[in-house]
Amino acid sequence: MTLDYAAAVEKYEPTLGLEVHVELNTKSKMFCSCATEFGAQPNTQTCPVCLGLPGALPVVNAKAIESTILIGLALNCSIAPYSRFARKNYFYPDMPKNFQTSQYDEPICVNGYLDVEIETDEGQKTFRVDIERVHMEEDTGKSLHVGGSTGRIHGAEYSLLDYNRAGIPLVEIVTRIVPGTGKYAPQVARAYVTELRDILRSLGVSDVKMEQGSLRCDANVSLAPVGSGKLGTRSETKNVNSLRSVERAVSGEIERQANRLENGERIIQETRHFLEESGATRPGRSKEQAEDYRYFPEPDLVPVTPDAKWIEELRTRIPEKPSLRRKRLQAEWNCPDKEMESLVNAELLDVVEETIKLGAEPTRARTWWLGEISRLANEKEVAPTSLVNAVQVAEVISLIVSGELTDKLARQVVEGVIAGEGSPAQVIEKRGLKVVSDDSALMSAIEAAIAAQPDTAERVRGGNIPAAGALIGAVMKATGGAADAAKVRELLLKHLGQG
Amino acid sequence: MTNIHSSAAEMAAALSKNETTSVELTKLHLDQISKVDGKVHAFLHVDTEGALAQAAEVDAKRASGEQISPLAGVPLALKDVLTQKGIPTTAGSKILEGWRPPYDSTVVSKLKAAGVVILGKTNMDEFAMGSSTENSAYGTTQNPWDLSRIPGGSGGGSAAALASFQAPLAIGSDTGGSIRQPAALTGTVGVKPTYGGVSRYGVIAYSSSLDQIGPCARTVLDTALLHEVIAGHDERDSTSINAPVPQVVAAAKKLDVKGMKIGVIKELNGAGFQAGVIERFNESLDLLVANGAEIVEVSCPNFEYALAAYYLIAPSEASSNLARFDSMRYGLRVGDDGKRGAEEVMSITREAGFGKEVKRRIILGTYALSSGYYDAFYGSAQKVRTLVKQDFDAAFQMADVLVSPVTPTTAFKIGEKSDDPVAMYLSDIATIPVNMAGIGGMSLPCGLAAEDGLPVGFQIMSPVMQDDRMYRVGATLEAALVSKWGKPILANVPDLGGK
Repeated sequence: MTLDYAAAVEKYEPTLGLEVHVELNTKSKMFCSCATEFGAQPNTQTCPVCLGLPGALPVVNAKAIESTILIGLALNCSIAPYSRFARKNYFYPDMPKNFQTSQYDEPICVNGYLDVEIETDEGQKTFRVDIERVHMEEDTGKSLHVGGSTGRIHGAEYSLLDYNRAGIPLVEIVTRIVPGTGKYAPQVARAYVTELRDILRSLGVSDVKMEQGSLRCDANVSLAPVGSGKLGTRSETKNVNSLRSVERAVSGEIERQANRLENGERIIQETRHFLEESGATRPGRSKEQAEDYRYFPEPDLVPVTPDAKWIEELRTRIPEKPSLRRKRLQAEWNCPDKEMESLVNAELLDVVEETIKLGAEPTRARTWWLGEISRLANEKEVAPTSLVNAVQVAEVISLIVSGELTDKLARQVVEGVIAGEGSPAQVIEKRGLKVVSDDSALMSAIEAAIAAQPDTAERVRGGNIPAAGALIGAVMKATGGAADAAKVRELLLKHLGQG
Repeated sequence: MTNIHSSAAEMAAALSKNETTSVELTKLHLDQISKVDGKVHAFLHVDTEGALAQAAEVDAKRASGEQISPLAGVPLALKDVLTQKGIPTTAGSKILEGWRPPYDSTVVSKLKAAGVVILGKTNMDEFAMGSSTENSAYGTTQNPWDLSRIPGGSGGGSAAALASFQAPLAIGSDTGGSIRQPAALTGTVGVKPTYGGVSRYGVIAYSSSLDQIGPCARTVLDTALLHEVIAGHDERDSTSINAPVPQVVAAAKKLDVKGMKIGVIKELNGAGFQAGVIERFNESLDLLVANGAEIVEVSCPNFEYALAAYYLIAPSEASSNLARFDSMRYGLRVGDDGKRGAEEVMSITREAGFGKEVKRRIILGTYALSSGYYDAFYGSAQKVRTLVKQDFDAAFQMADVLVSPVTPTTAFKIGEKSDDPVAMYLSDIATIPVNMAGIGGMSLPCGLAAEDGLPVGFQIMSPVMQDDRMYRVGATLEAALVSKWGKPILANVPDLGGK
């Protein structure tokens, strides 16, 4: 028999545990001054230290410590006044020293939490995810196993190694077990990683790109019969490369384990590999026999002892929690859900907020950034914020509001700013884009239009007001769009005795 | 007229007065090497071309009137544990055969910057594990005092080079006595500075928390001059102390110990020590008293556990430090037949490339760090380390410096202890506590033992970053001994050059 998800969670209570690895965006590596840029030619960003050459010694990147403390503070952790690095010993070709320098039993941040909200059958509900620890470690190199069927080192013909990634600072954020999520376990997992990603982004400490591996999530899942109060054997799913995959991996694993239990099979404690295409997992390394990493304090590094004053100073730099900020801004701007979502996804929240702070009216600010500017950015395949800034957009909007620019002219101004012709005022000046509001100038254009279309004019005079559209169009065309259409209409109708 | 028997200070003086040139001086030493090193085997690699080029460069600088440092142009022998760019560096091991480091260790950079001419790399016990050089994969170094005897270890090559006038200066590394014990057994001077006093960057690690680089020479003043060249904070070694270098040259010129309290460590004076060693040691105490020092007896009860604790801590760290020698990136590779996997090739290479003693310590250390044994072994050893430090702290409350014989015996015969590791380990019983506590220690020759006519070493220990104290006492004692013996003790060493 097979249990589907609904049946699985009716019978079994899932318990979650999440381990998130974050690559910090420091300019240099954790223990040396090598660059960390993504995508460079293999083995070009290496030195004796990150290659583990004989005699080389690590030195801790102070910026990485700062970033880790910021993460800890944002996750409501205590910051340890004394923490140490340890060596985790095991042999693997992508690890140059055959040990990984990582914090172990003395991590820098402990005992935090993160509240996440999800939509349940009973409406919005908050789950508290307790954070056990946030610690620093170094990434390993990257191996590519060529030949063989599995893509793993066993059976490969040869392996290619790229040590550019070796020594990139990693922060590992480990939750305590998250009980009581019931059938919402997959959503809680996704909400947690989403909230965490947003926090990390707001702190500016990581690129948080799951697809590039700068944010990686391992999902631990175990099941126990509902009401048993027990904890089952857990599996650890790796290679979960998107938010959606987090949700799918957890629900898939719940289903798989429930069916095993249902068939009287036991759950094997192991790592499992998430398969993006099918949403299933395949078994990896067994963890039944705990590997002995022979951890001991790293003798080449001195303990990390951050000054209490510095920590307090860092605390003042923790921005508002992104989910709360979104709620606040949405209310302040009176912004529809959909639009808010688009702003968040397009990473435009900050710039829109800035534009509004500069005096722009919220609806116009949102519309400009999401509309015209995003369209141009899409065309050029760049980020909208790389084209224009908040100050320029706020200026354009204020000119529209004051009637000095029409929407159409404003688009030309923005174009000019992007083309590097200067500030909006300079573009207007250079391109002569001022709204033509001089009545006499408009009147001559109106008269010209009437002269060109005497029949239409006659119909308007006869009371056919909609027919005026054609004349207004002609005037607008003649003025190159520089006229205020409403003004043209007013003058035209008055002239034809309909005002 | 300076010759190879002159001190480094005398050579430096002759150079500055243009009585000789660095090229001339370097050639004299290269000649001596070719004459005697066939018998002594102090060098693993002689860099004739590089040394002469460096010497010529110094001569050119001097001729152009450029400001150069005091030891510029004086030749030096470098222990093969330090990386020197492009020069074979093996740490006495087969596993690094053929490796030419792509970078200079910090000490080598400082020597080069000071114009000290590097003649070549000296022999040592493999990875500095040993007390006789018998563990070198490249053959044993013979003691110039008696070629059938060991020169001490691990830095026997450096010490023997000094004692056979192949170099006036040398660099050693001291983890449990590897500078001081060879100095004692060859009638030369060797200093282990305060831990963190000299950068370890580029030093092939044996036991990171104990390893320390230090100067070796034939006089206390020469040792001090070299000490000041190599010491100081290095931002590439986070365990190096960020504080001014102790004024050791000034201290070595003081020749005055009036009012100083000299603490004799009860536990390192008597049982287990050769009668002739104790005799010379006590005679030296009398000389210090005659020069106005006061002798006090101090007790360090925990020293009896120091040796056992050392043989847990050092092998534990070594088991991790030596993990990088896996044939994947550099050095020896054995068994790579295109069919075997990486893991098997690693294993075969390590089997073939490491010597017996190194394997013994890797296994010991791996065991001591294993889960379930960690607390009993590594954990207890760290506690002993704290107790040893506390013993020193208490003793330094009562005395300005502490003294003891350096070794229980004079130089033993080649092969005498090579099958009995514990007997060999006991050679370092008086030197190991200094490394455990991270303090400074000096060995200087204090005469020849009556029963075998071989040199005896006198050890002076000073508190952390008070290295100047041991130089002050050492230089005073050296002057008293020279006047008592009518000539330096090393003047009694057989002339190997003529035969």
